[in-house]
Amino acid sequence: MSELGHLLGIFGQLSVLAVGGVAPTLPEMQRQVVDVHRYMDRTTFAALFALAQAAPGPNMMVSTLIGWRVAGLPGAIVATVGMIGPSSVLTFSTVQLWHRFRERAWRRVVQAGLVPVTVGLVGAGAALLASSTTHGLVTAGITLVTAAVLTLTKMHPLAMLAIGAVAGALLA
Amino acid sequence: MPEAPTVPTPAPELSAPGLASLFVGFFGIGIVGFGGVLPWARRMMVDQRRWVSSAEFNDMLALCQFLPGPNVINLSIAMGARARGVVGSLVCVLGLLVAPMMIVIGLGGLYQRYGGIPIVAHGFAGLAAAASGLVVAMAVKIASPLQRHWAGIVIALVAFAAIALLRLPLLPTMVIMAPLSILICRRFPA
Repeated sequence: MSELGHLLGIFGQLSVLAVGGVAPTLPEMQRQVVDVHRYMDRTTFAALFALAQAAPGPNMMVSTLIGWRVAGLPGAIVATVGMIGPSSVLTFSTVQLWHRFRERAWRRVVQAGLVPVTVGLVGAGAALLASSTTHGLVTAGITLVTAAVLTLTKMHPLAMLAIGAVAGALLA
Repeated sequence: MPEAPTVPTPAPELSAPGLASLFVGFFGIGIVGFGGVLPWARRMMVDQRRWVSSAEFNDMLALCQFLPGPNVINLSIAMGARARGVVGSLVCVLGLLVAPMMIVIGLGGLYQRYGGIPIVAHGFAGLAAAASGLVVAMAVKIASPLQRHWAGIVIALVAFAAIALLRLPLLPTMVIMAPLSILICRRFPA
């Protein structure tokens, strides 16, 4: 029961802090789930994140999977509701007002001003995940090649995930 | 993909969707949306089902990206609210999430059950490494507008250090850095 409360608290806070999407919240998600509450080790966290990426749907599905791992189906539901609840209430209550201030200059100022923070957070997420998933030359190579291919070409991310899985199974 | 017709066609009628239509529409993009649902959402809402015009979609998307939270979830909430109020929002978000939730839990079950077999474990390690690469690529992509924007680069490095190296909690970091970043970027724009 206390786990459900914790899950709601963790993901409810992340929901409000998810400025620029879910990716910038990954470091905090890992900190809470791995370091603070010790629900899993960071390798498992990285594996769950990878599974969520390999599945269809919005990329917040990692919260569902973490909730499920911690407390089964109720955990999955509570974590999902936490991740989308607060931000959804905010969206719902803002959507009617939006057209009134959409052209205001401050909106652009705020949006542009948050970009550097988002870049730092996603970069931190990338560094933390990569350090959890690197166990040797093969995994390091998979991460580097995937990053390079996705940066330089139009290759579909899912194809690179599949290639990574096969390469890991065969080479490691 | 066939080319869009160059002959100007009369603007198609936009229609306010019912609850069943909202559910089916978002259910459809939930199951096909591998690696990002937003492009599919646009196709479904604007081109296929004609719930909103392209301009309205852009406006809605701008709000959803501006507000915190998963963007595509916000989009489903906004679309549902517009068409059918609170119930509409709930129906859209449920339609969007129900299939992906079941699929992802199914995958989690497979991982739990077979993750101990060496070749499967190595496959999962490879998958996880590739997923890390995906986030690295994402970081590179969103960092590209910061080229030669020195103030922005410094802020990004400070945020990176605070979270990745010092492991500070996100809430206080954001409370301090978000307003500072907005002020600094306003004073020294890109």
